[in-house]
Amino acid sequence: MTARSIRGAAAAALATVLLATATACSQPGGPDGGGSGSGAGDSAVVGIAYEPDSLSPLLGYGKDGNSKIFDGLLTLDADMKLRPALATALPEVSDDGLTYTYRLRKGVKFSDGKPFGAKDVVFTYRTILDEKTNNASRTELDAVKSVEATGDDTVVFTLKYPYAPFAQRTVLPIAPEHVAGKQDVNTGPFTTHPIGTGPYLLTKWSKGEKIAFRANPHYWGGAPKVKKFTMAIIKDDDVRATRLRSGELDGAILPPNLAKGFARDSGTRTYAATTYDYRTVTLPTHNEVTGDIAVRRALDIAVDRKAMVDSLLNGEGRPAYGPVPTDSAWFTKGTERPHDLAAAKKILDEAGWKPGKDGIRTRNGVRAAFPLWYLTGDKLRQDHALAYASDAKKAGIDITTQAGTWEVIEPRMKQDAVLAGGGSPADPDFDQYTLLKSSLAGDGFNNMAWYDNKTVDRALEAGRRSGDEAERKAAYDTVQRELVKNPGYTFLTHIDHLYVVKDRFGPLTTQVEPHDHGLASGPWWNVEDWTPKK
Amino acid sequence: MGRMAGRRALLAVPVLVAVTFGVFAVAAASPFDPVKAYAGTAGLTASQENLDQLRANLGVDQPLVSRWWNWLTSALGGDLGESAVMRQPVADVIGERLGWSVLLAATAFTIAVVLGTALGVLAARRPGRLLDRCVSSAAYTLEAAPAFWLGLLAIWLFALELDVLPAGGLTDAASDTVTAGQVATHLVLPAAVLGISQLPWFFLYVRQGVADALDEDPVRGARARGLRERTVLLGHALRSGMLPMLTLIGSRVPELITGALLVETVFSWPGIAAATVQAATSVDFPLLAALTVLATAAVVLGNLLSDLLYAIADPRVGFDG
Repeated sequence: MTARSIRGAAAAALATVLLATATACSQPGGPDGGGSGSGAGDSAVVGIAYEPDSLSPLLGYGKDGNSKIFDGLLTLDADMKLRPALATALPEVSDDGLTYTYRLRKGVKFSDGKPFGAKDVVFTYRTILDEKTNNASRTELDAVKSVEATGDDTVVFTLKYPYAPFAQRTVLPIAPEHVAGKQDVNTGPFTTHPIGTGPYLLTKWSKGEKIAFRANPHYWGGAPKVKKFTMAIIKDDDVRATRLRSGELDGAILPPNLAKGFARDSGTRTYAATTYDYRTVTLPTHNEVTGDIAVRRALDIAVDRKAMVDSLLNGEGRPAYGPVPTDSAWFTKGTERPHDLAAAKKILDEAGWKPGKDGIRTRNGVRAAFPLWYLTGDKLRQDHALAYASDAKKAGIDITTQAGTWEVIEPRMKQDAVLAGGGSPADPDFDQYTLLKSSLAGDGFNNMAWYDNKTVDRALEAGRRSGDEAERKAAYDTVQRELVKNPGYTFLTHIDHLYVVKDRFGPLTTQVEPHDHGLASGPWWNVEDWTPKK
Repeated sequence: MGRMAGRRALLAVPVLVAVTFGVFAVAAASPFDPVKAYAGTAGLTASQENLDQLRANLGVDQPLVSRWWNWLTSALGGDLGESAVMRQPVADVIGERLGWSVLLAATAFTIAVVLGTALGVLAARRPGRLLDRCVSSAAYTLEAAPAFWLGLLAIWLFALELDVLPAGGLTDAASDTVTAGQVATHLVLPAAVLGISQLPWFFLYVRQGVADALDEDPVRGARARGLRERTVLLGHALRSGMLPMLTLIGSRVPELITGALLVETVFSWPGIAAATVQAATSVDFPLLAALTVLATAAVVLGNLLSDLLYAIADPRVGFDG
């Protein structure tokens, strides 16, 4: 190669680049480009922030229902009530609460044309329960002893102990045995190219870019009117807002400050989905300060929840007094704790926590101080932690906020307070049992505060074992009243999730959402029922 | 020339092997827990028993050396292992993504080298004049500007205000087929941003090199002999002024890879960069090792390339060996 030929090559390369740029300019994308978001009436493109690791239900995808590609035996409607899906009715439960019998819908086919049957249900649950399957949510099916097919269209679950919310767990998607059963369950092609019975078929999953779906024309529930549905994966909040504004997206999840920018836009609507998504401070029992009931009760009323909702969440949320949000049917009326700094100080005074020279209280040489950890990079948790520390300071309790990753925080959870988040709306058992049961203290991330209260333990057991609605309500009332007397956590807020969607899809609904921003949360939880305006 | 390439290739083998071991060692020493990363949010409600079982299934409880040795021997046998975080064989992960990253990086590199050289020569021709002052100060500003910021700026300007180019993705969000035309339009912004973020280095080197060469005796001699300005500039000054830039080409490869990482994120470009970050934070050993080998190979090749170019451009340098 000579210098002359290098020059030749460089000139050719330059020409190519210029040409490419020129062609690009003459075929603009954007709204007029044809294939973009607002182009076709029967297609919808939404921007989401998180990408699933896998689309296989066997590895945990869609376990809370609403998976688009799949159906569960049951499903949840707009009011979070269970409805039959692949089952023809809600299950028959035996009197002892140990056997659940499901009758299956006939004539349902997977999208490859093969029929769905009881063997697929059995295969799905057995595979998830198999310890060789890398499913991190297996604990949720802990109650299952066995699952059997009795005939082609009947499946019977036998439980180890009576577990009232079990039916809520059977919204998890059913995988086809004839496909998924023939490959490595952890890494086989089914994890990225799934086949199900659901309203949509996966057409393309370009990891890091988008997940594209096409309506299933043979869906047993009727073919969806939105023929093409695409989820664009855009991790950065600003880019997502920009692409929504540029017309490329029809909807997106946005943080409150960016959603505000669309408030006066004609052509879009903002939806605030109420949630079970709480932020709480763990008060570990093993810490001399946070383990003291007086300190816990004082903190519980010293904190100004209303101010947090107004200032940290721009009003898009509600004060939280426990894992159950105040507008839930399971909430115990009368357990709201108003902000009352004077009462908090009185509790501490009476318990012998006397203010020192610097305003911080001490008792028997122990300073009322403890560290509070929050997840690095999570702005909302940081804001909550700082607000909490500042409220506590007014009552004479000194909280040092510290940022860390879970790897740093986890070994300290037994002694130090943590700003945690969680929330699962389907049943009161799901959150409360793992948060408060004393036998689960320190088990993974369960019962992070090492909460230990015999009355609560008994109520939690009663709540999960009884099939009787009134008995369950009474049990969870007991739990919530105990949390007033001895709060092991200071619950701060329940956070609304905000979505902006173009209004050509008409008025939409949202479900009550969990902590997780699942793929199918948001107004598109029922995209199969949308009727776009032409 | 062939001998030099061969020798470098041989030398690269122990380097690559050492690098993979280094990756395993660093990953094992990192505070990240592969099981936590695998479980994700589900891990926050999983029981300890469930997590322990996952640990055993993923094989991350084995000692470092045996894990590395198992990976190395099966990789040499053609089996790159399975990526836990992607739930896919490593070969599939790389196969799906590498092409798009190479396309992006190669286009950006071409833009940077071609534009940088052209502007450098023009600026060096009349140092201190308007063009030189404008481009030089722009280059210094660009050097300080983070690539992701440039990306956001470009999206704002071209996708939002002017509405002439798509804001991200490989194809339009609603399209589920990949066509050359769509990829070309979607490539323009990310490649331009990545290219322009690399451009200052090439521009500044060429400008300095050519300006210095224009002051040297051979160039003065050539001018004195009455050769045309064009010949003097391109034939003499550029030729010696390019030398430092050729070295730069090799050393910019790692920068290009990190730059691509940010640009791919901003533009939702489905390349290898996002997978690299995920593999690292999830301590996904097989994927991380394979990607590191790729990156190392790119750097080794980049260096080889710049040495070859250097030797071609200036025969006095010659090929080693």
